[in-house]
Amino acid sequence: MKLVMAVIKPHKLDDVREALTELGVQGLTVTEVKGFGRQKGHTEVYRGAEYAIHFVPKVKIEVAVDDTLVERVVETIEHKAKTGQIGDGKIFVYDIGKAVRIRTGETDMQAL
Amino acid sequence: MVRKTGLGFCLLSVLAFGWSVLPTPAFAQTALDGANTGWILTATALVLFMTLPGLALFYAGLVRAENILSVLMHCFAIACLASVLWLAVVYSLAFGDGGAVHQWIGGLDKAFLNGVGWESASGDIPETVFFMFQMTFAIITPALIVGAYPERIKFIAVMLFSGLWLILVYAPVAHWVWGGGWLAEMGVMDFAGGLVVHATAGSSAVVIAILLGARRGFPREIKPPHNPGLTMIGASMLWVGWFGFNAGSALAADGSAGMAMLVTHISAATASLVWMLIEWVKYGKPSLVGIVTGMVAGLATITPASGFVGPIGGLVIGFAAGFVCYWAVGLVKYRFNVDDSLDVFAVHGVGGILGILLTAVFAAAAFGGVGFPEGITIAKQLWVQAVGVVAVVAWSVIVSLGILKVIGTLFGLRVSADDEMQGLDITAHGESGYNL
Repeated sequence: MKLVMAVIKPHKLDDVREALTELGVQGLTVTEVKGFGRQKGHTEVYRGAEYAIHFVPKVKIEVAVDDTLVERVVETIEHKAKTGQIGDGKIFVYDIGKAVRIRTGETDMQAL
Repeated sequence: MVRKTGLGFCLLSVLAFGWSVLPTPAFAQTALDGANTGWILTATALVLFMTLPGLALFYAGLVRAENILSVLMHCFAIACLASVLWLAVVYSLAFGDGGAVHQWIGGLDKAFLNGVGWESASGDIPETVFFMFQMTFAIITPALIVGAYPERIKFIAVMLFSGLWLILVYAPVAHWVWGGGWLAEMGVMDFAGGLVVHATAGSSAVVIAILLGARRGFPREIKPPHNPGLTMIGASMLWVGWFGFNAGSALAADGSAGMAMLVTHISAATASLVWMLIEWVKYGKPSLVGIVTGMVAGLATITPASGFVGPIGGLVIGFAAGFVCYWAVGLVKYRFNVDDSLDVFAVHGVGGILGILLTAVFAAAAFGGVGFPEGITIAKQLWVQAVGVVAVVAWSVIVSLGILKVIGTLFGLRVSADDEMQGLDITAHGESGYNL
């Protein structure tokens, strides 16, 4: 079992969700986050004054998947979240120690 | 148009003793006009709507999210405080009979509306209606100054400053210009408050911004406006409310009111477009905050001129407002480094003063205005207007300085650095604007 965590551009979220659902992913957690990478924020202008926005809004998605599905999930996110512009985001893959479905008490693969 | 108060009040002070006993023959001379009364009742509601919630929302959107409630609270509390003080003394000081010192200040004869009742008239509208209409001006003027000091001022300082300022700055200036004081005698032309409202608030805003000091991180590291959408909603309410402000200042439902409304609207629209175009050219993007700021500049600038100029005057004044106020914002904040946070001086002060001066030009019949009394020329009127500006700005600055020195010594003006970082909503009012 792996946890695929990706930070992507907010407007790419729907494309990514749709593609992952087609792959057979059963669930997905989304968090609105802010951060900076090479994009290093941007500036906004109000009444002639430039304001430096250091942290750019992004969306973080987390998907727990079976080992067999990991590569395709990563590829899908990479493909669907890509615009080719700076600030497209990153994907990280973690090992999962244990998973439990709270309602039934099922564990690990049954819980996903 | 000079307000018809001088004569009315002489008459009224006589009536005040007699009205409750018997109708006197004098009543026939002050017959009420239903249409005028109806319009001023309506205009009163419109002008209160400018502050609550128009101005409050306009300002609230421009601060950071942790201070939205504090700004709304400032506007609301000032509205309540100004109303009570208006009844207690300020109305009387502004519009009452000053006796030997009438040139400078009204008296206390009408404190707590002593002697004013159901039958009292001011011109051809009930005095209660005139009182309420003028009260809404006294509410919005100190509320305008909120834009100079948000995100860092102590609430006690807001209350004390606003109250004392209303008595010591607003009341005398309103008396000088509208209550039959020395500027009125000189023939100053201020239809709806370029001097009384915008020049007083704008110049006092600079004083308080300087004494209070800049927000942490000003000018490079402050947070941008947290909700420009709220700012646009508030600005739109201000625009509508300003119809009551300017067209109501005719104190009648007549052609003067109609033209005032027309030029008010044209000036607002023109200044909005100018501000938008400047930003579009300069930064590549026309911004919402920019276009609505231009609108306020256009409205503040046309205010003193609104009953005197024609449509072309409105157009030119709006055009000038957009350019001059835009330039003033940069000058105050980034040349003089004064954190007049929401640009009260640059937009209201500069706009009001510009409008006062341009009134002398565009009121001329040659430029489509109502024209001057016999013997008055543009140059002569410009001199009177300039005297008004210098006197009102000097009075506002000096008295504000004195008030703030006293409050600063007794209570301090500024919250702690910690409270400022946490935001005033939670630290001053114990509430949060956004609970997620």
